Amino acid sequence: MLLEYFQMVDRILGLDGDAITVESRVPQQSPVFEGHFPGHPLMPGVLLVETMAQTSGWLLLGLNGFTRMPFLMGVKEAKLRTFVAPDTPLTVTAKLEHDGSGFSVTKARIEAAGKRICDAELTFRTMPFPAPELEAAMRAQGQRLGLQGANA
Amino acid sequence: MASSFDRIADIIAENSEVERDRITPDSHVINDLGIDSLDFLDIVFAIDKAFGIKVPVEAWTQEVNAGQAPAEKYFVMKNLAERIDELVAAKAA
Repeated sequence: MLLEYFQMVDRILGLDGDAITVESRVPQQSPVFEGHFPGHPLMPGVLLVETMAQTSGWLLLGLNGFTRMPFLMGVKEAKLRTFVAPDTPLTVTAKLEHDGSGFSVTKARIEAAGKRICDAELTFRTMPFPAPELEAAMRAQGQRLGLQGANA
Repeated sequence: MASSFDRIADIIAENSEVERDRITPDSHVINDLGIDSLDFLDIVFAIDKAFGIKVPVEAWTQEVNAGQAPAEKYFVMKNLAERIDELVAAKAA
């Protein structure tokens, strides 16, 4: 996890049916913690939401075979249930809730040591990749993370 | 059971800031009711779930943008309700 580069997922553990599981570790150090908060570093809640969004994004890319890029459009029922400190290992899951025409809805959650940290329902607009560079970058990143089908 | 129009109007009122009594059979979802794109996605999601269908919004939008169909065919409430009924019937067939 590299917070300042918005790289929130370390490794994709598996895509099973319409659900995905990934793992990620909150970094020990990051410039983000200098401001959030001085003397009391905490993983920002918005970045936990981003982590759920990226996990859902990999799920959708895996399901659609990298034919459409998901863009986050809505966050509902987001609950940030506990503080998350640096160096915390996270398990993130996302499940497809609905596959609509040009949009998808997922439900995602983050756990640490078996304890639920946060969850939300996320809505994505899905559309053909707007730039070939983006598709190539997403495929390369998916391959690096271990997403099957990313190198097709 | 309530008519498709009533069910869709209820869904719109629940998922946007449009008051239920403003929604008439002749209301244009975008032009008259001012539904924005995110609210519209929520509405389509709710319609998909309520009717057990997948509203082909992308295909409709492409048809309208290509000049192959007037926007009213899909986005005026009474016509939208008809399209939904057609989708439900096609699924049941």
